[in-house]
Parts: sequence; C-alpha cells; structure tokens
Amino acid sequence: MSFRPIDSPLPLRETASQTAGPYVHIGLAPRQAGFEIFENDFGPVLVTPQTRGRRIRIEGTVIDGSGTLVRDALLECWQANADGRYAHPGDRQSGQPLDPAFRGWGRACTDFDTGLYAFDTIKPGRVVGRNGRRMAPHVNLWVVARGINLGLNTRIYFDDEPEANAEDPVINLIEWQVRRQTLIARSEGERDGVMVYRFDVRLQGEGETVFFDV
Amino acid sequence: MGRAPEPGDEFLMRDTTSHPPAYAPAYKTSVLRSPRNALISLQQSLSEVTGPVFRAEELGPLDNDLILNCAHPDQPHGLPIGERIVVHGYVRDQFGRPVRNALVEVWQANASGRYRHKKDQYIGALDPNFGGCGRTLTDADGHYVYRTIRPGPYPWRNRINDWRPAHIHYAISGDAWAQRLITQMYFEGDPLIASCPILQTVPSEEQIRGLVALQDPGAFVQLDSRAYRFDIVLRGQRATWFENRVQPLPAGDAR
Repeated sequence: MSFRPIDSPLPLRETASQTAGPYVHIGLAPRQAGFEIFENDFGPVLVTPQTRGRRIRIEGTVIDGSGTLVRDALLECWQANADGRYAHPGDRQSGQPLDPAFRGWGRACTDFDTGLYAFDTIKPGRVVGRNGRRMAPHVNLWVVARGINLGLNTRIYFDDEPEANAEDPVINLIEWQVRRQTLIARSEGERDGVMVYRFDVRLQGEGETVFFDV
Repeated sequence: MGRAPEPGDEFLMRDTTSHPPAYAPAYKTSVLRSPRNALISLQQSLSEVTGPVFRAEELGPLDNDLILNCAHPDQPHGLPIGERIVVHGYVRDQFGRPVRNALVEVWQANASGRYRHKKDQYIGALDPNFGGCGRTLTDADGHYVYRTIRPGPYPWRNRINDWRPAHIHYAISGDAWAQRLITQMYFEGDPLIASCPILQTVPSEEQIRGLVALQDPGAFVQLDSRAYRFDIVLRGQRATWFENRVQPLPAGDAR
C-alpha cells in the first residue's frame, strides 16, 4: 500500500465504482420499482414528434454466463442526431446542424418478466472520429446491474450499414474478426412503421459482447 | 498548466487499479455477470468526450429532499421515521476542477433497511412517507446537497449472514460519457464496512476510504439534522498540447 503526500501534484484518483445493485430502479427508473415520485422521469424514448430522422426501435436482452436472462439490468444510450452531431458543446463539427428536439440520451431497463429492453430513437448519422476518419452510425451503450462492479461500455452498430461498418475505425480495432459481429444489431423489418433492430448483450461466455475501456 | 480544458478535450485513462475488478468471486453474483475477455481500450472520439446535458427545469422542487418528496406532511405522522441528515459535497475531476451541472442521482433503503421496490421482501417495515430516491444538479462550484433519512443496514443472500453497511447509491453524469459513474457512499464508523463483500471488491484501503462519508458537524442544522460530507472525483479532463486534437476537422476534410 502506498500513499501519496498530501501536496502531491499528481492527479487525484477517480472515486471507486460500485455495483448498481438489484434496486437501481428506485433511483433511476422509479416507475419500474413500483412507484411514482418525480414529475419528470428519464426514460427510453429519445424522440418527440419534432425530432428529425428515421424512427427506429432498438430492443434486446442481457444474458449472463449461463445463458440466463438478466432481468434487473439498466441500460443507457448516447448517440448523435440524424446529421451525425452530438447535443453537447464539445461537438464543434462544422456543417452538421444541431436538432433542438433531440438530446441523444435515454435510459431503459430489462423487464422483470420478459427480460426485454427497448429504446425508441432515430438512426444516428455518421460522426467524424479520430484523425478525420468517419465512424459508422452507432449508439453508445452502457450497462449496469447487480453483479456488475463497473458499468460496461459497448457500441451498437447496424447490419444495414455494411460499407460504413467495414471502414469504421473502432470496429477495425477489434483484432478478432469473429468478435466484431457481437456489436452489429440485426434488423428485423418494420413494425408499425418503425424499423426494429435486435441487440442482445452477452456478458460472458460464447458470443460474449465486446466491451470497451473508453 | 497551460490552457484550461475545453469541452471536447480528452479524459485521463481510467486507472483500473482504482476500481473493483469485474470478476470478484466473494461477491457471488459477479461470477456469471463478468466478461471473460479483456476490455478493448479505445482512444477517445467525440462519442466518448461528449455526454448528455441536463437542465434545472427538468427537476422538481423537492427532488433533492427525500424527507419530503414522498411524505404526507399535512397528515398526523406524515414525516418519514429515522435520523434526519443532510448530505453534501463537491464533484471535481482528477485535477481538482469543479464539475458543474453534473446530474447526481441517489437511492437508498429507509431507516429499517427496507427498499421501496417490488422485489424487496425483507421483513423490515416499509415507511409510507419515504420513497428513497432523489436527484440534483451541481452548482458552479461543483457542490451538491440533498436531505434524507439515514438508511439502515440490511441482510442479503450472498453468504447467508451477509449484511450491507448503511449506504446510499449514487449515479453521476458529468461532462462526458467517459465520466459516467455509479458508486455507493458509506457512513464513517459503521462496523459493517470491514466485512462487506461488495465494498471489499474495491482494491485498496485508500479507495475504500474515498467511499466513506465523514460526519460534518459544521454543517449540522441545529435542533434539526446532522450532516455528512461526501466528495466525488470524476475522470480528469486535460488540454491537449501537442497531439492532434480529437475534434474536429473542417467538414470538407471528412473522408
């Protein structure tokens, strides 16, 4: 065990992570815990009627190392708008307009019975990555639950963007080509006029989803 | 230190020795819920250095008052039962800079150690006047404050006689996706801290100490509430001096 002197110029240490636990819904999705408390709940719907772009639904399950559904997971997504622009002051791309009707963030839970989660959102546009290389359309996903000590980061890409996926700098960083397909959501056709994509998160074992240290 | 970081600048690499490992077998649920593969490390892009922005008007006036936000103060016995406490502190990054407008969300059990959650079956009594969740935004100094009832410890099925120390869960959304953090705050002097398999997943004494709130007599409200101080450190954002900035190139340059 080593301790730094109090006046150390070195950076402070980040606060340690802890599991979200089985009752994460109380704080982050109280309706799922079984009660109403806030006037304004944060939820899984990212769109309003004014939002620009193609409506999509992303749905799926979270599965543990025995193949069992994780029914108490909480997932958050963060994505660019239809023009490939993030609603954040750090995105200073020129040419891509902001969409005042799109925040780009949502929060969903897996259902206690079916294990399904779903986000209602729009297909994101392409964003410029490092060194000017364009990334394929993707949604950043963060998964927490009982038994997960540090939130897991992954990305959702789309199977109907094969050319963009083929040149995506993050997908191409994954040395094991067989693991790349764990990040590709599968289109299941339209349902009520909305394109539905399936994205299952496998925490461990066969077909284990790629997780990133971002 | 040169210029201050701007929105969109990079964040320090996450120091994995500051955090629990994914696989921590004494916390039994982690055994089947931890990846077997190593995480793949990314150089940050716009996707990681940006994140959701929250506005004060999205929150309600009682959202940071857990003593009142589920109570029925117009009725007899309309307040929750338990120790009245104020919890406050600063959210900073690793360079000590305040993280402003961070969303701090908290949830907890009541004074009995019972959660208001349809899956909690513990015999400890529910409190009709206590919900157990709250949220607030940090101010220009990175400061946050909320008021609540001190939670009780509770038993859980890990080993058959495991008990959680009193704790309050925290979720913090700072300036960027890369800073997203969930943790738990414990209370100074609680003897259950030493035997908790979840807290003991944290790999060093120094980091465990960072999760323990200190009693703060200077912030007590006389004849009303005690207070605890709990500061949070998020990943540090640094100005980039020599490399190419993460972003952006002129639109015409995008390949």
